Amino acid sequence: MRALAWHGKHDVRVDTVDDPEIVNPRDCIIKVTETAICGSDLHLYDGYIPTMQAGDVLGHEFMGEVVEVGSGSTLTKGEKVVVPFTIACGRCYHCGKHQYAACDNGLPADNQDIAQELYGQPMSGLFGYSHMTGGYAGGQAEYVRVPFSDVGPIVIPDGVEDEKVLFLSDILPTGWQAAENAQIEPGDTVAVWGCGPVGLFSIQSAFLMGAERVIAIDHFPHRLELAKEFGAETINFEETKTYEALMEMTGGIGPDAVIDAVGLEAHGFFVDNVIDQIKKSTFLGTDRTHSIRQAIHACRKGGRVSMPAVYGGFVDKFPLGAFMEKGLTLKTGQTHVQHYMPALLNAVLDGKIDTTFLISHRLDLEAAPEGYKMFHDHQNEVTKVVLKPGSGLLAA
Amino acid sequence: MTDHIIGRDRDATDRDDAPATTAKDLGGDRELVGRSVTINRPASELFAYFRDFANLASFMENIVRVEVRDPTHSHWVVKAPGGKTVEWDATVTHEIENEAITWQSDEGADVPNSGRITFKSAGARGTVVTATIAYDPPGGAIGKIVAKLFQREPAIQARRDLRRFKQLMETGEVATAARTIKQFNEELG
Repeated sequence: MRALAWHGKHDVRVDTVDDPEIVNPRDCIIKVTETAICGSDLHLYDGYIPTMQAGDVLGHEFMGEVVEVGSGSTLTKGEKVVVPFTIACGRCYHCGKHQYAACDNGLPADNQDIAQELYGQPMSGLFGYSHMTGGYAGGQAEYVRVPFSDVGPIVIPDGVEDEKVLFLSDILPTGWQAAENAQIEPGDTVAVWGCGPVGLFSIQSAFLMGAERVIAIDHFPHRLELAKEFGAETINFEETKTYEALMEMTGGIGPDAVIDAVGLEAHGFFVDNVIDQIKKSTFLGTDRTHSIRQAIHACRKGGRVSMPAVYGGFVDKFPLGAFMEKGLTLKTGQTHVQHYMPALLNAVLDGKIDTTFLISHRLDLEAAPEGYKMFHDHQNEVTKVVLKPGSGLLAA
Repeated sequence: MTDHIIGRDRDATDRDDAPATTAKDLGGDRELVGRSVTINRPASELFAYFRDFANLASFMENIVRVEVRDPTHSHWVVKAPGGKTVEWDATVTHEIENEAITWQSDEGADVPNSGRITFKSAGARGTVVTATIAYDPPGGAIGKIVAKLFQREPAIQARRDLRRFKQLMETGEVATAARTIKQFNEELG
């Protein structure tokens, strides 16, 4: 089959590799109909993520048609499914609590060592995202082996366009969980740092959960425009003093809940670890940690901090004092995708949530390397690249 | 009394409540490895699977096979570096159904070793499985090979084996990222 493989920094290629096979009983094989490039894929592209090996197939946002099933799969050939980016077994204690991203069994036993040493306990596996997260081949390919196919993939009813449901795989549930973690109460003002896909979806979600106002913070004009279309008020931090603006816009109170969706491009666990370790001695921190500091600083007393943004290691100058003195609550974590999928699928089918606005570019899988370059170089215009194997769509 | 206070001769009575395998200084030359894992299945099921030693090769990476001779005697074939194997006979020395199994290698084993596995109910969370393995680092030519084998971080090896046991018992399979059966077989080595 053809698959987008990582070969090094700024070097991704479409290679011919072995077709996947059923290896374990609960596996299925899907023929990919659509797959997206995630902002977090850019960190692989930029070479920030350790434990990558040349030839690793990327991609963790994908959907397709079931073409083969193992004896333990509950799927049927021909069904259309969206696959969660988190690989979870559905049978362990954590899965029983719907904490799928904390699954005990998603990672191969040997791959659990790094996370165990670094974090104390290993978490679930991820598709196409380095060997620390399992070394599973990803979905930017013609075919994918999907483990635990009886609990992961969600079946899509006939006649629904792929583009409407593709983002159930990651960014829509991630945005939704971010808003849920903000524990929004009716009448709340919610501030969101970062208007990438997760930030935008968390804005949509926050309104659905009863927020009265959402204030979106970014510096890409196009992304701020998208936030505005959902009813958010905007702050361009290149033109405006963010803290001062938030205080004025909330009558000196501060936002009731704050969402840091800036670092979220990285599903990896090492990015900040590496960056912070290297820069610790010379910098106070990085831009990336700046958003969470600012969010905590601006949040009203007794407010809630939600952090879908991914942090990997240690951060400098975390405002623990402000956090404690103001009595804030922080909720964070990788997304429990399997938990949110059914309700969000219904919301999409009922027309309550539309995510297709995000797609700015559609390409054939063969043009994926150009897609990466485009996304990497033009983050204002390129909001989402969707790859469609066999479509013949080439880069402009 | 002074000795006792300054802790030169710590004994069982003045240790804290943590398992002996987590002590910073075990004392002596003996190696002791202990690991616990909680498995979301009833103790009886886990005990039954483990008690049939022929099953051990399905999740313990270094075990080539265990031949069960009779209810208490078995023959173990274990991987060694360079594609070699080491073998020994072992005897179950103590057993409490659904709770514990203790075994010991017979006289003349390449690596004299003994082990105990316990199964303790954890209520709604399943069963806490604790494996403790003690062995004497051997001398001699074969000892060198074996020592090398066990230098593969026995604690990490035990942890990985227990994770695989957990995966097999909870999910019915051992997780793998292999994309093809060929890759899977290569990983098994």
